[in-house]
Amino acid sequence: MLSFEGVYKTFASGDKQVEALENINMKIEASEFAVIVGPSGCGKSTLLQIAAGLEHPTAGKAFLNGVEITSPGADRGMVFQAYTLFPWLTVEDNVAFGPRQKKLPEIEVQERVNRYLEVTGLLKFTKLYPKALSGGMKQRVAIARALANDPQVLLMDEPFGALDAQTRVVMQELLLQVWETNHKTVLFITHDIDEAILLADTVHVMSRQPGSIKKTLSIPLERPRDHSLTLSPEFISLKKEIVELIWEESKAAAQEF
Amino acid sequence: MNQNKQPIQNNYMKTTNHELHAWQLASLVLIAFVWCLLTFGIKINPVFLPSPLAVAGAFKELWQEGVLLPYTLISLYRVLIGFFAAAIIAIPLGIMMATNKKTEGFFAPFIGFVRYLPVSALIPLMILYFGIGDFEKMAVIFVGTFFQLVLMVQDTVGTVPGDLLKAAYTLGADGSAIYTKVLLPASMPGIMDNLRICIGWAWTYLVIAELVAANSGLGFMILRSQRFLQTDRIFAGLIIIGCLGMLTDYLFKTLSKVFFPWYERLGQ
Repeated sequence: MLSFEGVYKTFASGDKQVEALENINMKIEASEFAVIVGPSGCGKSTLLQIAAGLEHPTAGKAFLNGVEITSPGADRGMVFQAYTLFPWLTVEDNVAFGPRQKKLPEIEVQERVNRYLEVTGLLKFTKLYPKALSGGMKQRVAIARALANDPQVLLMDEPFGALDAQTRVVMQELLLQVWETNHKTVLFITHDIDEAILLADTVHVMSRQPGSIKKTLSIPLERPRDHSLTLSPEFISLKKEIVELIWEESKAAAQEF
Repeated sequence: MNQNKQPIQNNYMKTTNHELHAWQLASLVLIAFVWCLLTFGIKINPVFLPSPLAVAGAFKELWQEGVLLPYTLISLYRVLIGFFAAAIIAIPLGIMMATNKKTEGFFAPFIGFVRYLPVSALIPLMILYFGIGDFEKMAVIFVGTFFQLVLMVQDTVGTVPGDLLKAAYTLGADGSAIYTKVLLPASMPGIMDNLRICIGWAWTYLVIAELVAANSGLGFMILRSQRFLQTDRIFAGLIIIGCLGMLTDYLFKTLSKVFFPWYERLGQ
Protein backbone atom coordinates (compact mmCIF):
# COMPACT_ATOMS: atom_id res chain seq x y z
CA MET A 1 0.00 0.00 0.00
CA LEU A 2 1.22 3.44 -0.98
CA SER A 3 0.12 6.37 1.17
CA PHE A 4 0.68 10.09 1.58
CA GLU A 5 0.11 11.72 4.97
CA GLY A 6 -0.14 15.48 5.19
CA VAL A 7 2.33 16.04 2.36
CA TYR A 8 3.30 19.63 1.60
CA LYS A 9 5.88 20.73 -0.94
CA THR A 10 7.25 24.23 -1.33
CA PHE A 11 9.81 25.26 -3.93
CA ALA A 12 12.03 28.29 -3.66
CA SER A 13 11.82 30.33 -6.85
CA GLY A 14 14.18 33.25 -6.56
CA ASP A 15 13.31 34.81 -3.22
CA LYS A 16 9.68 33.68 -3.53
CA GLN A 17 8.27 30.51 -2.06
CA VAL A 18 6.02 28.60 -4.44
CA GLU A 19 3.65 26.14 -2.84
CA ALA A 20 3.32 23.13 -5.13
CA LEU A 21 1.44 20.71 -2.90
CA GLU A 22 -0.85 21.35 0.04
CA ASN A 23 -1.87 18.75 2.57
CA ILE A 24 -2.06 15.67 0.37
CA ASN A 25 -3.64 12.70 2.11
CA MET A 26 -4.10 9.67 -0.04
CA LYS A 27 -4.07 5.88 0.13
CA ILE A 28 -3.51 3.53 -2.77
CA GLU A 29 -4.30 -0.07 -1.93
CA ALA A 30 -2.29 -3.01 -3.20
CA SER A 31 -3.35 -3.97 -6.74
CA GLU A 32 -5.22 -0.71 -7.16
CA PHE A 33 -4.89 1.29 -10.36
CA ALA A 34 -5.00 4.89 -9.15
CA VAL A 35 -4.94 7.85 -11.51
CA ILE A 36 -4.34 11.47 -10.63
CA VAL A 37 -5.79 14.06 -13.01
CA GLY A 38 -5.40 17.77 -12.64
CA PRO A 39 -4.84 20.98 -14.54
CA SER A 40 -1.30 21.60 -15.76
CA GLY A 41 1.01 22.99 -13.13
CA CYS A 42 -0.99 21.53 -10.23
CA GLY A 43 1.95 19.64 -8.80
CA LYS A 44 0.84 16.15 -9.79
CA SER A 45 4.29 15.26 -11.15
CA THR A 46 5.86 16.51 -7.93
CA LEU A 47 3.64 14.15 -5.97
CA LEU A 48 4.80 11.24 -8.10
CA GLN A 49 8.44 12.24 -7.68
CA ILE A 50 7.90 12.20 -3.91
CA ALA A 51 6.50 8.67 -4.17
CA ALA A 52 9.57 7.73 -6.22
CA GLY A 53 11.85 9.25 -3.60
CA LEU A 54 13.32 11.66 -6.17
CA GLU A 55 11.84 14.65 -4.28
CA HIS A 56 11.37 15.12 -0.56
CA PRO A 57 8.22 16.61 0.96
CA THR A 58 8.62 19.91 2.81
CA ALA A 59 6.27 18.55 5.45
CA GLY A 60 4.43 15.26 5.84
CA LYS A 61 5.48 11.83 4.73
CA ALA A 62 4.96 9.23 2.03
CA PHE A 63 4.92 5.55 2.93
CA LEU A 64 5.18 2.27 1.06
CA ASN A 65 3.76 -0.57 3.13
CA GLY A 66 4.20 1.48 6.28
CA VAL A 67 7.87 2.28 5.59
CA GLU A 68 8.70 5.94 5.01
CA ILE A 69 9.96 6.76 1.51
CA THR A 70 13.22 8.68 1.73
CA SER A 71 15.13 7.74 -1.43
CA PRO A 72 14.56 6.12 -4.82
CA GLY A 73 14.52 2.35 -4.89
CA ALA A 74 13.83 -0.64 -7.09
CA ASP A 75 10.56 -1.33 -5.24
CA ARG A 76 9.03 1.70 -6.99
CA GLY A 77 9.42 1.46 -10.76
CA MET A 78 8.84 4.56 -12.82
CA VAL A 79 7.91 5.38 -16.41
CA PHE A 80 8.58 8.97 -17.44
CA GLN A 81 6.96 11.17 -20.04
CA ALA A 82 10.35 11.99 -21.56
CA TYR A 83 12.11 9.11 -23.28
CA THR A 84 14.53 7.75 -20.72
CA LEU A 85 15.77 4.56 -22.33
CA PHE A 86 19.54 4.18 -22.08
CA PRO A 87 20.53 4.89 -25.69
CA TRP A 88 23.73 2.80 -25.47
CA LEU A 89 21.82 -0.35 -24.51
CA THR A 90 19.75 -2.49 -26.87
CA VAL A 91 16.08 -3.05 -26.12
CA GLU A 92 16.79 -6.28 -24.25
CA ASP A 93 19.67 -4.80 -22.27
CA ASN A 94 17.50 -1.85 -21.27
CA VAL A 95 14.89 -4.24 -19.93
CA ALA A 96 17.62 -6.28 -18.21
CA PHE A 97 19.09 -3.21 -16.48
CA GLY A 98 17.08 -3.48 -13.25
CA PRO A 99 17.37 -7.26 -12.80
CA ARG A 100 21.13 -7.02 -13.44
CA GLN A 101 21.43 -4.29 -10.81
CA LYS A 102 19.82 -6.75 -8.41
CA LYS A 103 22.50 -9.26 -9.46
CA LEU A 104 19.92 -11.88 -10.35
CA PRO A 105 21.31 -15.01 -12.04
CA GLU A 106 21.60 -14.40 -15.79
CA ILE A 107 19.11 -17.19 -16.54
CA GLU A 108 16.46 -15.42 -14.51
CA VAL A 109 17.36 -12.07 -16.07
CA GLN A 110 16.81 -13.55 -19.54
CA GLU A 111 13.60 -15.18 -18.44
CA ARG A 112 12.22 -11.87 -17.16
CA VAL A 113 13.41 -9.95 -20.21
CA ASN A 114 11.69 -12.40 -22.52
CA ARG A 115 8.51 -12.42 -20.47
CA TYR A 116 8.10 -8.65 -20.47
CA LEU A 117 9.22 -8.14 -24.05
CA GLU A 118 6.57 -10.65 -25.02
CA VAL A 119 3.89 -8.96 -22.92
CA THR A 120 4.69 -5.61 -24.53
CA GLY A 121 4.94 -7.06 -28.05
CA LEU A 122 8.64 -6.28 -28.49
CA LEU A 123 10.16 -9.71 -29.13
CA LYS A 124 11.07 -8.79 -32.72
CA PHE A 125 13.02 -5.73 -31.61
CA THR A 126 15.27 -7.10 -28.88
CA LYS A 127 18.57 -6.24 -30.58
CA LEU A 128 17.70 -2.71 -31.69
CA TYR A 129 19.03 0.46 -30.11
CA PRO A 130 16.47 3.02 -28.89
CA LYS A 131 17.37 5.42 -31.72
CA ALA A 132 15.72 2.99 -34.17
CA LEU A 133 12.42 2.97 -32.25
CA SER A 134 9.33 5.17 -32.58
CA GLY A 135 8.00 7.09 -29.57
CA GLY A 136 5.36 4.47 -28.83
CA MET A 137 7.91 1.65 -29.04
CA LYS A 138 10.24 3.50 -26.69
CA GLN A 139 7.49 3.77 -24.11
CA ARG A 140 6.72 0.06 -24.49
CA VAL A 141 10.32 -0.68 -23.67
CA ALA A 142 10.18 1.74 -20.74
CA ILE A 143 7.14 -0.10 -19.37
CA ALA A 144 8.79 -3.49 -19.89
CA ARG A 145 11.94 -2.18 -18.21
CA ALA A 146 10.02 -0.98 -15.15
CA LEU A 147 8.02 -4.21 -14.88
CA ALA A 148 11.02 -6.50 -15.34
CA ASN A 149 12.31 -5.16 -12.03
CA ASP A 150 9.14 -6.52 -10.39
CA PRO A 151 8.45 -3.35 -8.39
CA GLN A 152 5.73 -3.21 -5.73
CA VAL A 153 4.38 -0.02 -7.24
CA LEU A 154 4.50 1.26 -10.79
CA LEU A 155 4.67 5.05 -10.99
CA MET A 156 3.72 6.50 -14.38
CA ASP A 157 4.22 10.19 -15.10
CA GLU A 158 2.13 11.00 -18.19
CA PRO A 159 3.85 8.16 -20.03
CA PHE A 160 1.76 8.59 -23.18
CA GLY A 161 1.72 12.39 -23.11
CA ALA A 162 4.22 12.76 -25.93
CA LEU A 163 2.54 10.25 -28.25
CA ASP A 164 0.08 10.96 -31.05
CA ALA A 165 -3.61 10.24 -30.40
CA GLN A 166 -3.73 6.91 -32.26
CA THR A 167 -0.60 5.53 -30.66
CA ARG A 168 -1.86 6.67 -27.28
CA VAL A 169 -5.03 4.57 -27.67
CA VAL A 170 -2.95 1.53 -28.61
CA MET A 171 -0.70 2.06 -25.60
CA GLN A 172 -3.63 2.49 -23.22
CA GLU A 173 -5.09 -0.82 -24.34
CA LEU A 174 -1.68 -2.45 -24.07
CA LEU A 175 -1.31 -1.15 -20.52
CA LEU A 176 -4.77 -2.50 -19.65
CA GLN A 177 -3.84 -5.92 -20.99
CA VAL A 178 -0.55 -5.95 -19.12
CA TRP A 179 -2.27 -4.87 -15.94
CA GLU A 180 -4.83 -7.68 -16.25
CA THR A 181 -1.94 -10.17 -16.16
CA ASN A 182 -0.29 -8.88 -12.97
CA HIS A 183 -2.58 -6.41 -11.15
CA LYS A 184 0.33 -4.27 -10.02
CA THR A 185 -0.31 -1.31 -7.79
CA VAL A 186 -0.17 1.66 -10.17
CA LEU A 187 -0.09 5.39 -9.58
CA PHE A 188 -0.62 7.03 -12.96
CA ILE A 189 -0.58 10.73 -13.74
CA THR A 190 -2.32 12.35 -16.67
CA HIS A 191 -4.23 15.41 -17.75
CA ASP A 192 -6.24 13.33 -20.23
CA ILE A 193 -9.62 12.60 -18.61
CA ASP A 194 -10.57 9.78 -21.01
CA GLU A 195 -7.29 8.10 -20.22
CA ALA A 196 -7.90 8.48 -16.50
CA ILE A 197 -11.37 6.88 -16.56
CA LEU A 198 -10.40 4.14 -18.97
CA LEU A 199 -7.49 2.96 -16.84
CA ALA A 200 -8.44 3.70 -13.25
CA ASP A 201 -10.03 1.96 -10.33
CA THR A 202 -9.86 5.30 -8.57
CA VAL A 203 -9.47 8.79 -9.99
CA HIS A 204 -8.08 11.53 -7.77
CA VAL A 205 -8.88 14.98 -9.12
CA MET A 206 -6.35 17.60 -8.08
CA SER A 207 -7.01 21.28 -7.58
CA ARG A 208 -4.97 24.04 -9.16
CA GLN A 209 -1.76 25.20 -7.54
CA PRO A 210 -1.08 24.64 -4.71
CA GLY A 211 -2.25 21.15 -5.57
CA SER A 212 -4.50 19.29 -3.19
CA ILE A 213 -6.87 16.40 -3.72
CA LYS A 214 -10.18 18.01 -4.66
CA LYS A 215 -12.19 14.85 -5.08
CA THR A 216 -11.69 11.10 -5.22
CA LEU A 217 -14.00 9.06 -7.43
CA SER A 218 -14.07 5.33 -7.80
CA ILE A 219 -14.60 4.05 -11.31
CA PRO A 220 -16.99 1.11 -11.14
CA LEU A 221 -16.65 0.16 -14.82
CA GLU A 222 -16.27 -3.54 -15.43
CA ARG A 223 -12.92 -5.02 -16.42
CA PRO A 224 -11.34 -6.10 -18.70
CA ARG A 225 -11.82 -2.80 -20.50
CA ASP A 226 -11.02 -1.54 -23.95
CA HIS A 227 -11.61 1.61 -25.93
CA SER A 228 -15.20 0.84 -26.92
CA LEU A 229 -16.00 1.71 -23.31
CA THR A 230 -15.36 5.40 -23.92
CA LEU A 231 -18.69 5.69 -25.77
CA SER A 232 -20.82 4.05 -23.06
CA PRO A 233 -23.27 6.22 -21.05
CA GLU A 234 -21.60 5.35 -17.72
CA PHE A 235 -18.25 6.47 -19.07
CA ILE A 236 -19.68 9.72 -20.39
CA SER A 237 -21.43 10.59 -17.15
CA LEU A 238 -18.19 10.00 -15.20
CA LYS A 239 -16.37 12.11 -17.74
CA LYS A 240 -18.87 14.94 -17.31
CA GLU A 241 -18.33 14.97 -13.59
CA ILE A 242 -14.56 15.08 -13.86
CA VAL A 243 -14.53 17.59 -16.70
CA GLU A 244 -16.59 19.99 -14.61
CA LEU A 245 -14.28 19.60 -11.63
CA ILE A 246 -11.23 20.30 -13.76
CA TRP A 247 -12.78 23.18 -15.69
CA GLU A 248 -13.58 24.96 -12.47
CA GLU A 249 -9.92 24.70 -11.55
CA SER A 250 -8.53 25.64 -14.94
CA LYS A 251 -10.77 28.68 -15.25
CA ALA A 252 -10.01 29.84 -11.72
CA ALA A 253 -6.31 29.35 -12.40
CA ALA A 254 -6.56 31.35 -15.64
CA GLN A 255 -8.29 34.23 -13.85
CA GLU A 256 -5.59 34.39 -11.20
CA PHE A 257 -2.96 35.34 -13.76
CA MET B 1 13.53 17.82 -30.23
CA ASN B 2 13.24 15.66 -33.32
CA GLN B 3 11.38 18.35 -35.16
CA ASN B 4 14.02 20.92 -34.30
CA LYS B 5 16.86 19.07 -35.89
CA GLN B 6 14.90 18.07 -38.97
CA PRO B 7 15.87 21.01 -41.23
CA ILE B 8 19.60 20.53 -40.62
CA GLN B 9 19.33 16.82 -41.24
CA ASN B 10 17.45 17.39 -44.47
CA ASN B 11 20.21 19.57 -45.81
CA TYR B 12 22.69 16.79 -45.19
CA MET B 13 20.39 14.14 -46.59
CA LYS B 14 20.17 15.96 -49.92
CA THR B 15 23.91 15.44 -50.40
CA THR B 16 24.66 11.85 -51.36
CA ASN B 17 27.94 10.18 -50.47
CA HIS B 18 29.09 10.35 -54.09
CA GLU B 19 28.46 14.07 -54.23
CA LEU B 20 30.31 14.54 -50.95
CA HIS B 21 33.38 12.70 -52.25
CA ALA B 22 33.23 14.70 -55.47
CA TRP B 23 33.36 17.94 -53.50
CA GLN B 24 36.23 16.67 -51.35
CA LEU B 25 38.17 15.72 -54.49
CA ALA B 26 37.34 19.07 -56.12
CA SER B 27 38.85 20.95 -53.17
CA LEU B 28 42.11 18.97 -53.41
CA VAL B 29 42.29 19.41 -57.18
CA LEU B 30 41.76 23.15 -56.82
CA ILE B 31 44.55 23.49 -54.26
CA ALA B 32 46.91 21.45 -56.45
CA PHE B 33 45.95 23.52 -59.48
CA VAL B 34 46.59 26.86 -57.75
CA TRP B 35 49.89 25.55 -56.39
CA CYS B 36 51.03 24.45 -59.86
CA LEU B 37 49.84 27.70 -61.40
CA LEU B 38 51.78 29.82 -58.89
CA THR B 39 55.00 27.79 -59.16
CA PHE B 40 55.17 26.44 -62.73
CA GLY B 41 53.06 29.17 -64.35
CA ILE B 42 53.80 32.46 -62.64
CA LYS B 43 57.14 31.12 -61.38
CA ILE B 44 56.89 32.70 -57.98
CA ASN B 45 60.18 32.88 -56.04
CA PRO B 46 60.75 29.31 -54.68
CA VAL B 47 62.01 30.75 -51.38
CA PHE B 48 58.40 31.77 -50.73
CA LEU B 49 56.60 28.92 -52.44
CA PRO B 50 58.52 25.89 -53.74
CA SER B 51 56.97 23.83 -56.53
CA PRO B 52 55.36 20.44 -55.89
CA LEU B 53 58.39 18.83 -57.52
CA ALA B 54 60.78 20.64 -55.16
CA VAL B 55 58.77 19.52 -52.16
CA ALA B 56 58.77 15.95 -53.45
CA GLY B 57 62.53 16.30 -53.82
CA ALA B 58 62.77 17.52 -50.23
CA PHE B 59 60.86 14.45 -49.05
CA LYS B 60 63.34 12.26 -50.93
CA GLU B 61 66.37 14.04 -49.46
CA LEU B 62 64.99 13.91 -45.93
CA TRP B 63 64.36 10.21 -46.39
CA GLN B 64 67.87 9.61 -47.69
CA GLU B 65 69.41 11.60 -44.85
CA GLY B 66 67.54 9.25 -42.51
CA VAL B 67 65.67 11.95 -40.62
CA LEU B 68 62.18 11.83 -42.12
CA LEU B 69 60.91 8.74 -40.31
CA PRO B 70 62.80 9.20 -36.99
CA TYR B 71 61.71 12.86 -36.68
CA THR B 72 58.10 11.99 -37.46
CA LEU B 73 58.15 9.12 -34.98
CA ILE B 74 59.76 11.15 -32.21
CA SER B 75 57.16 13.90 -32.65
CA LEU B 76 54.35 11.37 -32.72
CA TYR B 77 55.75 9.72 -29.59
CA ARG B 78 55.85 13.02 -27.70
CA VAL B 79 52.32 13.94 -28.70
CA LEU B 80 50.86 10.57 -27.84
CA ILE B 81 52.49 10.21 -24.42
CA GLY B 82 51.85 13.84 -23.40
CA PHE B 83 48.28 13.69 -24.58
CA PHE B 84 47.62 10.26 -23.10
CA ALA B 85 48.88 11.44 -19.70
CA ALA B 86 46.60 14.48 -19.88
CA ALA B 87 43.57 12.41 -20.92
CA ILE B 88 44.01 9.71 -18.29
CA ILE B 89 43.85 12.29 -15.49
CA ALA B 90 41.51 14.81 -17.12
CA ILE B 91 38.67 12.37 -17.85
CA PRO B 92 38.07 11.13 -14.28
CA LEU B 93 38.67 14.61 -12.88
CA GLY B 94 36.21 16.14 -15.35
CA ILE B 95 33.61 13.54 -14.42
CA MET B 96 34.13 14.21 -10.71
CA MET B 97 33.89 17.97 -11.23
CA ALA B 98 30.64 17.56 -13.15
CA THR B 99 29.04 15.45 -10.45
CA ASN B 100 30.51 16.71 -7.20
CA LYS B 101 30.22 20.36 -6.17
CA LYS B 102 33.08 20.12 -3.67
CA THR B 103 35.50 18.74 -6.25
CA GLU B 104 34.43 21.47 -8.64
CA GLY B 105 34.88 24.12 -5.96
CA PHE B 106 38.36 22.84 -5.18
CA PHE B 107 39.73 22.56 -8.72
CA ALA B 108 37.77 25.08 -10.77
CA PRO B 109 39.59 28.29 -9.71
CA PHE B 110 43.07 26.90 -10.43
CA ILE B 111 42.05 25.33 -13.72
CA GLY B 112 40.24 28.49 -14.78
CA PHE B 113 43.43 30.44 -14.10
CA VAL B 114 45.95 28.17 -15.81
CA ARG B 115 43.69 27.63 -18.80
CA TYR B 116 44.15 31.23 -19.87
CA LEU B 117 47.93 31.19 -19.66
CA PRO B 118 49.29 30.89 -23.21
CA VAL B 119 51.26 27.67 -23.49
CA SER B 120 54.03 29.45 -25.36
CA ALA B 121 54.54 31.66 -22.30
CA LEU B 122 55.06 28.58 -20.15
CA ILE B 123 57.71 27.02 -22.41
CA PRO B 124 60.62 28.95 -20.85
CA LEU B 125 59.53 27.68 -17.46
CA MET B 126 59.25 24.13 -18.76
CA ILE B 127 62.76 24.32 -20.21
CA LEU B 128 64.03 25.61 -16.88
CA TYR B 129 62.38 22.73 -15.02
CA PHE B 130 62.80 19.84 -17.44
CA GLY B 131 65.50 20.76 -19.97
CA ILE B 132 64.91 20.40 -23.71
CA GLY B 133 64.38 16.64 -23.95
CA ASP B 134 61.30 14.54 -24.61
CA PHE B 135 59.95 15.06 -21.13
CA GLU B 136 59.80 18.83 -21.53
CA LYS B 137 57.87 18.44 -24.82
CA MET B 138 55.41 16.08 -23.16
CA ALA B 139 55.03 18.47 -20.25
CA VAL B 140 54.20 21.31 -22.66
CA ILE B 141 51.57 19.16 -24.36
CA PHE B 142 50.21 18.06 -21.02
CA VAL B 143 49.85 21.62 -19.76
CA GLY B 144 48.39 22.74 -23.07
CA THR B 145 45.67 20.10 -23.26
CA PHE B 146 44.98 18.94 -19.71
CA PHE B 147 43.19 22.03 -18.41
CA GLN B 148 41.08 22.44 -21.54
CA LEU B 149 40.19 18.77 -21.54
CA VAL B 150 39.05 18.75 -17.90
CA LEU B 151 36.59 21.55 -18.60
CA MET B 152 35.37 19.95 -21.82
CA VAL B 153 34.77 16.61 -20.11
CA GLN B 154 33.02 18.37 -17.24
CA ASP B 155 30.75 20.08 -19.76
CA THR B 156 30.04 16.86 -21.64
CA VAL B 157 29.14 14.94 -18.49
CA GLY B 158 26.98 17.86 -17.40
CA THR B 159 24.77 17.45 -20.46
CA VAL B 160 23.72 13.88 -19.60
CA PRO B 161 19.93 14.24 -19.19
CA GLY B 162 18.81 14.24 -15.56
CA ASP B 163 15.89 11.99 -16.48
CA LEU B 164 18.31 9.20 -17.43
CA LEU B 165 19.81 9.37 -13.95
CA LYS B 166 16.38 9.43 -12.33
CA ALA B 167 15.34 6.40 -14.39
CA ALA B 168 18.50 4.59 -13.27
CA TYR B 169 17.80 5.41 -9.62
CA THR B 170 14.26 4.05 -9.85
CA LEU B 171 15.69 0.88 -11.39
CA GLY B 172 17.82 0.35 -8.31
CA ALA B 173 21.16 1.79 -9.46
CA ASP B 174 23.15 3.34 -6.61
CA GLY B 175 26.28 5.48 -6.22
CA SER B 176 28.97 3.63 -8.15
CA ALA B 177 26.57 2.09 -10.69
CA ILE B 178 25.32 5.56 -11.55
CA TYR B 179 28.89 6.41 -12.61
CA THR B 180 29.88 3.20 -14.34
CA LYS B 181 26.53 2.16 -15.82
CA VAL B 182 25.00 5.52 -16.71
CA LEU B 183 27.20 8.64 -16.60
CA LEU B 184 30.24 7.08 -18.24
CA PRO B 185 28.52 5.29 -21.12
CA ALA B 186 26.20 8.25 -21.70
CA SER B 187 29.10 10.70 -22.01
CA MET B 188 31.66 8.47 -23.81
CA PRO B 189 30.81 9.65 -27.36
CA GLY B 190 31.07 13.27 -26.24
CA ILE B 191 34.36 12.57 -24.46
CA MET B 192 35.70 10.96 -27.65
CA ASP B 193 34.85 14.18 -29.48
CA ASN B 194 36.59 16.19 -26.75
CA LEU B 195 39.70 14.03 -27.19
CA ARG B 196 39.60 14.41 -30.96
CA ILE B 197 39.52 18.19 -30.71
CA CYS B 198 42.18 18.34 -27.99
CA ILE B 199 44.70 16.15 -29.80
CA GLY B 200 44.68 18.73 -32.58
CA TRP B 201 45.87 21.32 -30.08
CA ALA B 202 48.46 18.84 -28.80
CA TRP B 203 50.09 18.88 -32.25
CA THR B 204 50.15 22.66 -32.26
CA TYR B 205 51.82 22.83 -28.85
CA LEU B 206 54.34 20.16 -29.78
CA VAL B 207 55.50 22.07 -32.83
CA ILE B 208 55.74 25.27 -30.80
CA ALA B 209 57.82 23.46 -28.18
CA GLU B 210 60.07 21.96 -30.86
CA LEU B 211 60.47 25.33 -32.54
CA VAL B 212 61.68 26.97 -29.34
CA ALA B 213 64.24 24.41 -28.28
CA ALA B 214 64.84 20.91 -29.55
CA ASN B 215 67.36 18.75 -31.32
CA SER B 216 64.93 16.44 -33.07
CA GLY B 217 61.36 16.30 -34.29
CA LEU B 218 59.31 17.90 -37.06
CA GLY B 219 59.23 21.37 -35.47
CA PHE B 220 63.00 21.28 -35.11
CA MET B 221 63.34 20.28 -38.76
CA ILE B 222 61.08 23.16 -39.85
CA LEU B 223 63.07 25.69 -37.85
CA ARG B 224 66.43 24.45 -39.14
CA SER B 225 65.14 24.49 -42.73
CA GLN B 226 64.07 28.11 -42.26
CA ARG B 227 67.61 29.06 -41.20
CA PHE B 228 68.94 27.66 -44.48
CA LEU B 229 66.02 29.04 -46.54
CA GLN B 230 65.06 25.47 -47.47
CA THR B 231 61.41 26.33 -47.95
CA ASP B 232 60.75 23.01 -49.71
CA ARG B 233 61.69 21.21 -46.49
CA ILE B 234 59.41 23.47 -44.44
CA PHE B 235 56.55 22.49 -46.71
CA ALA B 236 57.47 18.81 -46.39
CA GLY B 237 57.27 19.17 -42.59
CA LEU B 238 53.95 21.00 -42.77
CA ILE B 239 52.48 18.35 -45.06
CA ILE B 240 53.49 15.58 -42.67
CA ILE B 241 51.94 17.38 -39.69
CA GLY B 242 48.76 18.09 -41.63
CA CYS B 243 48.44 14.50 -42.81
CA LEU B 244 49.06 13.10 -39.33
CA GLY B 245 46.37 15.45 -38.00
CA MET B 246 43.88 14.36 -40.63
CA LEU B 247 44.70 10.72 -39.95
CA THR B 248 44.19 11.13 -36.20
CA ASP B 249 40.89 12.85 -36.81
CA TYR B 250 39.75 10.09 -39.13
CA LEU B 251 40.86 7.47 -36.63
CA PHE B 252 38.87 9.07 -33.80
CA LYS B 253 35.77 9.40 -35.95
CA THR B 254 36.01 5.79 -37.09
CA LEU B 255 36.55 4.53 -33.54
CA SER B 256 33.50 6.54 -32.45
CA LYS B 257 31.36 4.88 -35.08
CA VAL B 258 32.65 1.42 -34.15
CA PHE B 259 32.35 1.84 -30.39
CA PHE B 260 29.15 3.87 -30.24
CA PRO B 261 26.81 2.57 -32.94
CA TRP B 262 23.90 3.69 -30.78
CA TYR B 263 24.89 7.35 -30.84
CA GLU B 264 22.60 9.78 -32.67
CA ARG B 265 24.53 12.52 -34.39
CA LEU B 266 23.09 15.45 -36.25
CA GLY B 267 23.05 14.84 -39.96
CA GLN B 268 23.34 11.05 -39.91
